[in-house]
Amino acid sequence: MLRDVVSPLTYHYQTWQQTVLELEALSKTYKTGDQALTNVSFSVPAGQVVGLIGPSGAGKSSLIRCINRLVEPSSGRIYLGETELTKLSGRALRQARRRIGMIFQEYALVERLTVMENVLSGRLGYVSGWRSFLRRYPKTDIDQAFSLLERVGLGDHYNKRADELSGGQRQRVGIARALEQNPELLLADEPTASLDPKTSRQIMRLIQSVCREMNLPAIINIHDVVLAQNFADRIIGLQAGEVVFDGPPSALTHDVLTRIYGAEDWGQVQQNNESQDDEALFSNAKVLERS
Amino acid sequence: MTTRADTPIWQFRTSKQHMLRWVGWFWLVALSVFCWTLMTEDTIWAFVADAPRQASDIGGRMLPPRWGYLNQLWQPLWDTLNIATLGTLIGVIIAIPVAFLAAGNTTPSRRFVRPVALLVIVTSRSINSLIWALLLVAIIGPGLLAGIVAIGLRSIGFVAKLLYEAIEEIDESQVEAVRSTGASEAQVIDYAIIPQILPAFWGISVFRWDINIRESTILGLVGAGGLGLQLQSSLSTLAWNQVTVIFLVILATVVVSEWVSAKVRRAVL
Amino acid sequence: MTSEVTSSRTWKRPPVLLKDPRWRWTILLGSSVYLILAISSVEVDWFRVYEGLERGWRFIQGFLTPDFSSRWRDIQAGLIESLTMTLTSTVAGVLVSVPIGIGAARNLAPAPVYMLCRGIITVSRSFQEIIIAILLVAMFGFGPFAGFLTLTFASIGFLSKLLAEDIEDCDSAQIEAIRATGAGWWQVVNYAVQPQVMPRLIGLSLYRLDINFRESSVIGIVGAGGVGATLNTAIDRYEYDSAGAVLIIIIAIVLVVEYSSSYIRRWVQ
Repeated sequence: MLRDVVSPLTYHYQTWQQTVLELEALSKTYKTGDQALTNVSFSVPAGQVVGLIGPSGAGKSSLIRCINRLVEPSSGRIYLGETELTKLSGRALRQARRRIGMIFQEYALVERLTVMENVLSGRLGYVSGWRSFLRRYPKTDIDQAFSLLERVGLGDHYNKRADELSGGQRQRVGIARALEQNPELLLADEPTASLDPKTSRQIMRLIQSVCREMNLPAIINIHDVVLAQNFADRIIGLQAGEVVFDGPPSALTHDVLTRIYGAEDWGQVQQNNESQDDEALFSNAKVLERS
Repeated sequence: MTTRADTPIWQFRTSKQHMLRWVGWFWLVALSVFCWTLMTEDTIWAFVADAPRQASDIGGRMLPPRWGYLNQLWQPLWDTLNIATLGTLIGVIIAIPVAFLAAGNTTPSRRFVRPVALLVIVTSRSINSLIWALLLVAIIGPGLLAGIVAIGLRSIGFVAKLLYEAIEEIDESQVEAVRSTGASEAQVIDYAIIPQILPAFWGISVFRWDINIRESTILGLVGAGGLGLQLQSSLSTLAWNQVTVIFLVILATVVVSEWVSAKVRRAVL
Repeated sequence: MTSEVTSSRTWKRPPVLLKDPRWRWTILLGSSVYLILAISSVEVDWFRVYEGLERGWRFIQGFLTPDFSSRWRDIQAGLIESLTMTLTSTVAGVLVSVPIGIGAARNLAPAPVYMLCRGIITVSRSFQEIIIAILLVAMFGFGPFAGFLTLTFASIGFLSKLLAEDIEDCDSAQIEAIRATGAGWWQVVNYAVQPQVMPRLIGLSLYRLDINFRESSVIGIVGAGGVGATLNTAIDRYEYDSAGAVLIIIIAIVLVVEYSSSYIRRWVQ
């Protein structure tokens, strides 16, 4: 039944070679009886940025958290490369988690630690307990942290406490922390939900470009359809825990959006879809303001 | 004033709520009166009536204070400080693991470990440090050690209770973020939980130290060392002018410790 | 390595609390010297402690197999005194605290009244319950009446202070609005202040009830009635099974009071 829904829109990836993540019939039912995910299957090749869209409560957040097992899936299988994540526990699970970087909605930085400590916490899965306790990280980790901070544009802020930074800066630290893990896969749970429109686009562009540079695949759970269209290579639409769309951003039509979100006037989305860069978006907004 | 049947009449509260309230107050008053009569059954009112005369008598004996006695109080004062500080230290060191075992989000087992930790907290909290001291003097003999252990035992429950509440109030998303890097449980505690509870921890510890200074001044009444020992001997010899000096020393200590604790708490928060 | 290493730098975690290294070392050194002095001033008679271990073990056994029956008459009398003292002193404390609390609120009281009420609060809060009990027993004679007065006195300082703070935290817009209707002082208190602080006052009273019960089990040690006297006697006679029974009853009552008061507080708010 699921195949029937998806097949007309299934997106063929000739350009992507190697599969990094594979989900097989993933389902999640919470103890309360809520069915968050039903039979979700798809695979993500190296370097692909996937935008995961859908209404609130569609199971986007549960899906992201099932992949690194912050939420336990009820059934189904998850493969990261050759490793079956769903079989792991204890130490092996922690070693698999360090291969998956994660970016959070409210940044989820440890507010009272310095920026540097937050970035270095990305190495926790690699270093021993006493090294992390004494903050004596290997030199390569520290060098990498410095260069990542420079890459995200926060080179001078390393000894500031995380709660001294603005929202956009905090999310940059969050990205640096995820990249410090040298991940094979990046997960992002609503990375722009707490940011203003301009900062949101900057953050999305940063994620997109680091993914390009490192040939890093990403799954970005995002409620803003326009942002998803602009920065993702592929869109997956979730509705009540099921995949109802899987295809290129250009295939997101009125019908598809209605299937995902329910009936609404999608005119505005289409209009924005055409404007591919920030300037155009902001001049649109100005036009709207004047009229 | 006439009202038509369909316009509701405004009332302060509905009559049922009103009734319930009055019944509640009535029972409270009745119970208080009953307790009062029960409590004062054996009270000898002649003594009570005599109280003002007794008060002025004691007041007369208390003044002027025997300042010379101050010289004998430095050693007990030092002991009192040590009882409070070392006792707080012991209490805090034991309270930390108890708090982590009691907090719903860090306990290894909600069904088995958590109730035990909560029982430890309740036992320690319900029993006043003076009673702990009474017990310990009987068990390990009079002296500073009994006082220190008494203060420590009483502090465990207080510190652990406030600390585990602080642990339960932390921002879970930070924990989730650190866990998602592949950190072990010890690293999660080190990086995600400790930074969040550290200010609360210092605040609670200093607050308890302040309370312990007050409590350790009287532990000597049951033989556990410190100023209370001097108080006990002055009271038993009816040397009220020495009692005044002791009271003033206690008051000064309490004021200073309160000032220090307020200062430190402001610095860490 | 994901990105090119542009520079090779070292990093050390900046100090968390004290930025100045001199201060850090002074405080570290000072506290270690203090600790050594304090610990060395504790004289421990290890032989006595060793002897005490056996007694401690007997106490734990007594606690685990409490004997409620052989001293039941004493325990019952002590408990009735404690419970009646607790309730009557809390009620009396609340009755006296309300006017003092209002008088100590800066936004309602004129300056002289404010100073007077703050003075009363400071005096009441500065002294330990035990010290007050000693004085009051000397004036009013042994028994629960002195205990009642002690707890009432202590409740006044506690409740008035917190009540005054609550009144000062009141939404001033509501007070202004009522004042703007031309209401007098009593009407302002009744319409603008009372609705805002009433739930908190009930919560505080219940909290104080809890504290008063705990204290009522202690002040008996200095002769002010209650179950503390029973406990003291039991420990003096080395009747650890009876002492264990008293302690278990105290813990149980504290638990009941705590749970029911948190239940009532939730129901009121």
